[in-house]
Amino acid sequence: MTPSELAAGVMSGDRRILARALSIVERGGGAAEGFLDALWPRPGTARRIGVTGPPGAGKSSLVNVLVREARLRGLSVAVLAIDPSSPFSGGALLGDRVRMVEHALDAGVFIRSQASRLALGGLAETTYDMVEVLDAGGFDLVIVETVGVGQSELEIVRLADMTAIVLAPAMGDMVQAMKSGIVEIGDIVVVNKGDLPGAAQFRDEIVAAFGMTVEAGGVSRVDSVVLVSAATGDGVPALLERIRSTSPEVVELRRRGSALRRLDMAVASALAGLRQCEEATRLLHDFAPKVQAGRLPIRVAVRDIVVAALRSRPEGGLR
Amino acid sequence: MTRKIRVLVAKPGLDGHDRGAKVVAAALRDAGMEVIYTGLHQTPEMVVAAALQEDVDAIGLSVHSGAHLTLFRKVLGLMRDKGLNDVLLTGGGIIPQKDRDALSAEGVGRLFGPGTPLKDLAEYITTEVANRRPLV
Ligand SMILES: Nc1nc2c(ncn2[C@@H]2O[C@H](COP(=O)(O)OP(=O)(O)O)[C@@H](O)[C@H]2O)c(=O)[nH]1
Ligand SMILES: [Mg+2]
Repeated sequence: MTPSELAAGVMSGDRRILARALSIVERGGGAAEGFLDALWPRPGTARRIGVTGPPGAGKSSLVNVLVREARLRGLSVAVLAIDPSSPFSGGALLGDRVRMVEHALDAGVFIRSQASRLALGGLAETTYDMVEVLDAGGFDLVIVETVGVGQSELEIVRLADMTAIVLAPAMGDMVQAMKSGIVEIGDIVVVNKGDLPGAAQFRDEIVAAFGMTVEAGGVSRVDSVVLVSAATGDGVPALLERIRSTSPEVVELRRRGSALRRLDMAVASALAGLRQCEEATRLLHDFAPKVQAGRLPIRVAVRDIVVAALRSRPEGGLR
Repeated sequence: MTRKIRVLVAKPGLDGHDRGAKVVAAALRDAGMEVIYTGLHQTPEMVVAAALQEDVDAIGLSVHSGAHLTLFRKVLGLMRDKGLNDVLLTGGGIIPQKDRDALSAEGVGRLFGPGTPLKDLAEYITTEVANRRPLV
């Protein structure tokens, strides 16, 4: 299939082609870029929602009930559920679908699991592109679930229109949650497992803690803390409304911020790719003795290397 | 660089526990694969819908209910309906040799009995997937 056939298939709502396209984007390289170019100009209009928080907080369960609510309102939903790869084998066990089986046969729901492939880096870039592809698939909502630990996960959250941080009372350690910084980047803190004893108190602690963050001049984006239960569904309709009611102005602002980040990431990878190109490496070794001997000003060497690298347009460089 | 093999591991049918399927899922992860685990009580329709969305290279079914003939046939038929022709269907359970032969003649991959070293399963999937969908 050519990149434009693939793009047309995605946009026509063909789910098999969508699934294939996601694999191509996930794998990266020239095929991914050809396809993403063919998808341009960006056709989608989905609202992009990030859901993050510590393992076991109930993110997948909450996504499941959010999808249920969205479906009751006639909204179609794509879910991208990201779990860490094993640092030992490079493999991954992706189990988020277990919590979402009730949507398995619903044609208005598309669920995709993604491994974070730690060693390969660039997770946030790939995820951003996968969200673009899901968006192009015509969904009303695209929800990205990711474990709230580590820099690349935080980066993913920053690419969403709005983000819910999910915490649960049983996990107790709110201090830890605050320290990790995930709370600051969210729009809503969701205290899940509201059916468990102590949940309301936990919510109050969070509210109190947030007061402190804001007073100290923190840059918290959070403006609300809500108590829900994925198990009973309590509070979930209101949460969905809260998510959907994010104003167009705020979304626009986020989009601008995330485009900036995405572009910045792309430039950084392109530059990293340039550095690794053969010609640059060759010149580096060629110039080093000349620089050392004082025969070549370092600035001239740098300019020549950069120009040569750009000219050679290496695989993995400026593609 | 070779790509990661994606495998869906599911436990169709009504029988109770998924310990075996989880052990298999973990073993395949340890062999470097990305394993999508969907849990218990999956209908053939659910298995194939998930396989399509996840764009997996292989589906592994754990079947101990005795309903293997029906289940594998149903899943294979749905895979063909959905155009998942290059996806390997394999699995395990207590399945008599003559049923394995029958299913394999119909297009199901190798089926593994209890006690098969999990390394063999991973090797089989790797080889078989390479024949169907290029790994590089
Ligand atoms: N009591 C209670 N348990 C929940 C609730 N939401 C999730 N759980 C349980 O918490 C555990 C982790 O849920 P999961 O959704 O997989 O969490 P994740 O790791 O954050 O995606 C599971 O055992 C769920 O059944 C809830 O609202 N109430
Ligand atoms: Mg989860």
